[in-house]
Amino acid sequence: MKILVCISKTPDTTARIAFTDNNTQFDENGVQWIINPYDEWYSLVRAIELKEKDPTTIIHLITVGGPDCDPVIRKALALGGDEAIRVNAPAKDSYYVAAQIAEIARQEKYDIIFTGKEAIDFNGSAIGGMVAELTDTPYISLATKFELTGNTALISREIEGGEEIDEVSIPVVVSCQKGMAEQRIPNMRGIMAARTKPLKVVEPTAIDALTSILSFELPPAKAGVKLVSPDNVAELVRLLHEEAKAI
Amino acid sequence: MSVLIFVDQSEGHIKKASYEVATYGAKLAAQLGTTAEALVLGTITDNLADLGKYGIKKVHQVANETLNHLDAQLFTNVIAEAVKQLGATVVIFSHTQTGKAISSNVAARLQAGIVTGASALPDTTNGFVVKKTVFSGKAFANIAIHSPIKVISLNPNSFHTLAGEGVAEVSSLAIAVGNPKVKVNSIDKIIGEVPLTEADIVVSGGRGLKGPENWGILLDLAKELHAATACSRPVADANWRPHHEHVGQTGVQIAPNLYIALGISGAIQHLAGVNRSKVIVVINKDPEAPFFKAADYGIVGDLFEVVPKLTEEIKKMRGE
Ligand SMILES: Cc1cc2nc3c(=O)[nH]c(=O)nc-3n(C[C@H](O)[C@H](O)[C@H](O)COP(=O)(O)OP(=O)(O)OC[C@H]3O[C@@H](n4cnc5c(N)ncnc54)[C@H](O)[C@@H]3O)c2cc1C
Ligand SMILES: Nc1ncnc2c1ncn2[C@@H]1O[C@H](COP(=O)(O)O)[C@@H](O)[C@H]1O
Repeated sequence: MKILVCISKTPDTTARIAFTDNNTQFDENGVQWIINPYDEWYSLVRAIELKEKDPTTIIHLITVGGPDCDPVIRKALALGGDEAIRVNAPAKDSYYVAAQIAEIARQEKYDIIFTGKEAIDFNGSAIGGMVAELTDTPYISLATKFELTGNTALISREIEGGEEIDEVSIPVVVSCQKGMAEQRIPNMRGIMAARTKPLKVVEPTAIDALTSILSFELPPAKAGVKLVSPDNVAELVRLLHEEAKAI
Repeated sequence: MSVLIFVDQSEGHIKKASYEVATYGAKLAAQLGTTAEALVLGTITDNLADLGKYGIKKVHQVANETLNHLDAQLFTNVIAEAVKQLGATVVIFSHTQTGKAISSNVAARLQAGIVTGASALPDTTNGFVVKKTVFSGKAFANIAIHSPIKVISLNPNSFHTLAGEGVAEVSSLAIAVGNPKVKVNSIDKIIGEVPLTEADIVVSGGRGLKGPENWGILLDLAKELHAATACSRPVADANWRPHHEHVGQTGVQIAPNLYIALGISGAIQHLAGVNRSKVIVVINKDPEAPFFKAADYGIVGDLFEVVPKLTEEIKKMRGE
């Protein structure tokens, strides 16, 4: 069994969101970088659990990005996984990133490719589907559970107002979210081991990005909260009905 | 050249988000001086000609029962083929569970640039620039698509449906479907509850409710408002409420018309899931709770006293 876990680097969830250069660049000043939570908590940990069940499993991690991604990918290796691959190129757009991952996947022939449900910076929810398409593999998105028996995967995925259980033969590409696994904290042994695990840096294949970010905007500030006395709940109902027209 | 919208259906019914996409597609088509057409996969009981009310001129249906269940590869094949046959240059999905499963695959197949989570009509005065939410609703990005074919997936609840007059011409499209690789073993829908991602009103509870035994007052309020229910992450982690109710950065992201937060402090990760709500009401006993900064209306008070009163007052207003 060979599993690929896609890892992206994102700003910490509490990072201040601001822009520079005439609102064309994300302001990285003081930003802490983390493994995208969906990649770390759900897809990587589920892959590690599968390896714990079947120790012959090999886990590769992949990230598309510059050398600034190395600390984050080492952190991911400290949680688990056998080796990491970094495609040495800026993540120009979803198609560019997915095509790089697909290129490696075609060479390595993984049984399972896990991505997160979305990267919490640009909220694309796009890479998984593209990798599946570019490698001609079945795709299950928004998975909350993943069980494997032989070559058959049973995967629960979120649908509107519920859940569906899908059955599919591997290989498969799966985008992961809450439910897949429980968050883990890397231990000292893992951190030490990660130092000596291979981190292969490969050069990108020539691909044209299809989109580009022109600028960013912050949402208009809220007008401020209208407070109502707890002794006058009727007034809140009136405001919601007459002013906000929300009920 | 035309705009093609993908109509998502469930058990024969067109989903609400697809009417939003229809309205959006029709507006975009008008802006581009072309027409908006729709693609429906599978068999359907709703009257497809009614999509005309939302500005759709033609509806193309691939009425093959295999397509009643989502299989990303089959859907990608069929949609990409339809785009080619119809000569569509803009393809629009809703950024819902289904949209997330297929829109980027279709884009990759067509070598088309995609913007997911679009929040406004594209600016087509100079190129093709789509505004989308980024950083979990904390900002927007304007993204230019450079490829000949463009794919957009529209955030649900970000574009109001507009039903007018009009009857769409419905015809069937002959596309070979093939065999699915994904078998649907079971579908488990929470019957009788309003799905969280589709709800107009959401009532949500945090640690301030103290324990699962206290959820009755929240459920009463939700029932009175025909609202869906949600919760903060620690509440789901403690198993006071089911995991699918967890909203926020690492949970479900929603954008209802009204979000009512009871006993939730308003941590930045929580706000990231709900800050696109049109109107936010916060009930919290701590006047310093950060949520008040993101709220439109608020009551500083004990939720155990305020919430039952609120339910009563809504009943009164409705003359019940
Ligand atoms: C990486 C990361 C991701 C996260 N993702 C999410 C996420 O997706 N969603 C999420 O929700 N959280 C998330 N969190 C957790 C988040 O930081 C907060 O810890 C969490 O949202 C707090 O939940 P709460 O508001 O229910 O509880 P608390 O912060 O404990 O707040 C309880 C509130 O209830 C009020 N209260 C108490 N009693 C009463 C009463 N009788 N009447 C009225 N008010 C009362 C209190 O004043 C307080 O404001 C994440 C954290 C991290 C680090
Ligand atoms: N630069 C990247 N390198 C590797 N994987 C990525 C990268 N960007 C995104 N991903 C993966 O794709 C998932 C969805 O990201 P996105 O489609 O960008 O929202 C993430 O959770 C990661 O698993």
